[in-house]
Amino acid sequence: MSLHALIIGAGSTGTAVAHDLALRGFRVTVVERGEIASETTGRNHGLLHSGGRYAMTDPEAAQECAEENALMRKLMPDLLERNDGLFVAINEEDLTYRERFLEGCARAGIPAQELTPKQALELEPHLNPKLLTAIRVPDGVFDPFHFSMAFLATAKLNGAVVYTYTEVIDFVWSGRSITGVKVLDRRTKKESVLGADLVINAAGPWGGEIGQMAGIKHIAMVPTAGIMVAVHRRWSKRIINRLNRPGDGDIIVPQRRNSVIGTTSWVVQDPDQIPVPPEQIKQMLDCGTLLVPAFATAPLRGVSAAARPLLDKTVGGGKVEGRELTRGFDCFNHAADGAEGLFSILGGKTTTSRAMAEKLGDIVGRVTGVTTPCRTKEVPLATYRAFYRS
Amino acid sequence: MRTLKLRILRGSPTLGRQYQTFTVTLPDEANIIDGVEQIFGHQDHSLMFRHACHHASCGLCGARVNGRERLMCITPVSEFPDGATVTLEPLRNFPWVGDLAVDVKPLLQKMDMVGLPYSREDELADSPEPGNRFEDCIECGLCMSACPVVGSSTKYLGPAPLAGLARLIQEPREVDFSKACALGKSPHGVWRCHSAMECTEVCPSDVDPSQAIGWLRRFYTFKKK
Repeated sequence: MSLHALIIGAGSTGTAVAHDLALRGFRVTVVERGEIASETTGRNHGLLHSGGRYAMTDPEAAQECAEENALMRKLMPDLLERNDGLFVAINEEDLTYRERFLEGCARAGIPAQELTPKQALELEPHLNPKLLTAIRVPDGVFDPFHFSMAFLATAKLNGAVVYTYTEVIDFVWSGRSITGVKVLDRRTKKESVLGADLVINAAGPWGGEIGQMAGIKHIAMVPTAGIMVAVHRRWSKRIINRLNRPGDGDIIVPQRRNSVIGTTSWVVQDPDQIPVPPEQIKQMLDCGTLLVPAFATAPLRGVSAAARPLLDKTVGGGKVEGRELTRGFDCFNHAADGAEGLFSILGGKTTTSRAMAEKLGDIVGRVTGVTTPCRTKEVPLATYRAFYRS
Repeated sequence: MRTLKLRILRGSPTLGRQYQTFTVTLPDEANIIDGVEQIFGHQDHSLMFRHACHHASCGLCGARVNGRERLMCITPVSEFPDGATVTLEPLRNFPWVGDLAVDVKPLLQKMDMVGLPYSREDELADSPEPGNRFEDCIECGLCMSACPVVGSSTKYLGPAPLAGLARLIQEPREVDFSKACALGKSPHGVWRCHSAMECTEVCPSDVDPSQAIGWLRRFYTFKKK
């Protein structure tokens, strides 16, 4: 009989893990306290990274993005706007990054093509006409909700069961082993127990709370909020990035009928309570105006903030904030913490969620003796609408 | 800052239904969804609602705001005077999950029958790859909630699926054209529309389903001749 894996959280990480483990032959159950992809994943930028953003600062992340970007284009072609992206230099300081950026792209295997300002303005007439150069990379746009739904729809076709509006309130133990979870069905307010051979904590910024529930004092993750500001109309066909070190308000993503500028970065205590700082709305609009002057007058469409679960690599010493935290991810086997059968997968980016799930699946496979290799590189994803078929 | 009283329909099919009023204070730039999140974070963690992007792209946070179908993420609190009571209720014509959350399965199953691809070709100049962008319909269900005919029959395809069908017939993309045509003129297709035009009124994405239904009717009428 196949082993039962219970996944806590249906964001991009949890849904990708569900897909990976279902293909490896596990019996998969996903438990989500709200709607699918409603928090960190739902409020992300929707940018399928080419890797360009990390080309100068984080070669490993850049290469991983480049590989996953090419793969996702094959696996979910209908769910992506394959409209590519530009890195734009607005001033002389931006221009000093030009060579480093091109070198970084070459090193990471990111196709990059430099355009003259005239060529860039022909492609994107709303760009700041003072731009000094533009480099074209294969960024893409995805809809975060449907991105996660596609993973989950495919997992369901492979036997996974999904419980939404179902909150994990405790773990069930047998000695030092976790044998299931106690859940609250928020629709009926009834509690019940779901048994499992292994439990995966994919709760993102709530991963620390889940860890504490299992008696694990510290999980190396820092909930770090960021703001997104949307204005009416697509002011570009492509993603517009500022050519500089990664910073605040330096990416514009056309999403549906909007243009979305982001983001900022500040550490939060409780991911359920993130008020939007009004001064950051103006900051984002000013940043957007530098890249696309129409942002100065475009009507505001929506504003949001959500916490990302960034890995804290400084556990045991030092203090870092926001942007210095790594965008990488890590998997933890909590047997060493006295909770056998519990694993956590934290950090990472939606673009690389498939690769994250592959690594976790490999670890879980080694621990449980399930030797079926990962198949998520070959199996195309079902349409997100298939989630609702049964 | 302004203070609003959010009067929310609470409960679920098993718990029954009653209204509960919460007082929230929000910056003038905020939208109704921020008030709902504030209740969830600070006042009542049992509140159920759907949301994701907060900029009208995901289509999750549809609700009836003072009786009208709106996306809560683009309903500015500045529309309401300080101290006002705003009533929030779940969308109609969908199975009720609880509080403000509904199950959108009936709409998504109909969209699946129509088979409208999620992304469409776009005019992308000078690229080795064909350009594309997402369709405008965000499958939020506001039109299905506002439509009186959907309210009278769950079998009626409804505004968003018919608008999708019109898009497909106008611009066929790897779909079974005759199957698509047959679906639209079935007994639960375009001819059941009573032209109440509520769909177009509430659509947050300018899809204009009533115009699309009109186009489909002309298409079926003149196609025979």
